[in-house]
Amino acid sequence: MAAAQAVEEMRSRVVLGEFGVRNVHTTDFPGNYSSYDDAWDQDRFEKNFRVDVVHMDENSLEFDMVGIDAAIANAFRRILLAEVPTMAVEKVFVYNNTSIVQDEILAHRLGLIPIHADPRLFEYRNQGDEEGTEIDTLQFRLQVRCTRNPQAAKDSSDPNELYVNHKVYTRHMTWVPLGNQADLFPEGTIRPVHDDILIAQLRPGQEIDLLMHCVKGIGKDHAKFSPVATASYRLLPDITLLKPVEGEAAEELSRCFSPGVVEVQEIQGKKVARIANPRLDTFSREIFRNEKLKKVVQLARVRDHYIWKK
Amino acid sequence: MEEDQELERKISGLKTSMAEGERKTALEMVQAAGTDRHCVTFVLHEEDHTLGNSLRYMIMKNPEVEFCGYTTTHPSESKINLRIQTRGALPAVEPFQRGLTELMNVCQHVLDKFEASIKDYKDQKASRSESTL
Repeated sequence: MAAAQAVEEMRSRVVLGEFGVRNVHTTDFPGNYSSYDDAWDQDRFEKNFRVDVVHMDENSLEFDMVGIDAAIANAFRRILLAEVPTMAVEKVFVYNNTSIVQDEILAHRLGLIPIHADPRLFEYRNQGDEEGTEIDTLQFRLQVRCTRNPQAAKDSSDPNELYVNHKVYTRHMTWVPLGNQADLFPEGTIRPVHDDILIAQLRPGQEIDLLMHCVKGIGKDHAKFSPVATASYRLLPDITLLKPVEGEAAEELSRCFSPGVVEVQEIQGKKVARIANPRLDTFSREIFRNEKLKKVVQLARVRDHYIWKK
Repeated sequence: MEEDQELERKISGLKTSMAEGERKTALEMVQAAGTDRHCVTFVLHEEDHTLGNSLRYMIMKNPEVEFCGYTTTHPSESKINLRIQTRGALPAVEPFQRGLTELMNVCQHVLDKFEASIKDYKDQKASRSESTL
């Protein structure tokens, strides 16, 4: 009985011991365990696999994937970071730049601005093609000149009052449709994602006048093409109490974990600890610093339950 | 999820290059002299751990495969060596092709489940905001 349980644990949990982590690698390949059939079975995979979206809004997404192996989950993570295409500014034609920001620094900053355009509607640019056609290029224009504000008070020192257009934001970028793009994309759909990103600062007499070409690319080529700010996953924590914990020790136990993980309930006058929500734990391993309690708790992670956050 | 479609596209690209044998050397097969076709090393160009590790996992799940491993030759070169040894006399190309097909099926299934789950979440949110209004 104990042996069967130990085998199950080896197959399904990554155990965090006091000084090391055990059972890290995937071992369920055919032939390793005599009583299990581990050959690939698409139907069994489809039955066990599920995806639950926990939270989704415009800028972030959190979901769970259960029943898949680390190799494939990691492949998804790598592809998210490096191989999902987006549109970003690649070439900047500078007509006039008398600002304090150098041309190349300005071009670098412009390349990093996220552009709100669906890359699936565009093609990659052919190598060696300098002009760019309407199917693979988006054009933006940035023209800002800073002047002195004639209505400012004589002794004011606030730049917002003294100067007009002294901060260049992404909302000053205007889209210039090429060819039939004006018919395909309605007004206002092709723009930078955020319109309050500060690009440069100017003083009276300085001007920025440039034309930008955006192309489709992938993160492997340059990080500006990566569509995600971050994409990461962690395994679901699994905390088991090997012996019941009561009284003062229960209070101590609840302090060793993140808030909300351990719940102390009053049952028949005694305080009893119960693991309420292991998902919230960040595994700081504080429990191992407590001599009495470290033998009572086993920390582990469920091997095939991935919590994704992007 | 777009990355599922990316993984599928990469795998189907590999398969067509194997069938046609054209496309700028995407794939090569290297065999030691004296062995028959059951131990083969495949050299995949323009690939890295993204495809290598997931493909290795799928091929290892095949009970006919005795050994499967991959390495990146050097971090400056983007190619991987994937070695397959089968038990008995099964030619090594067969588990390779089967692994690619199974990986495509997995990705397609993950994509379907994910899109269904996103749709459910959106419907739930819509109905929840309607009931509070």
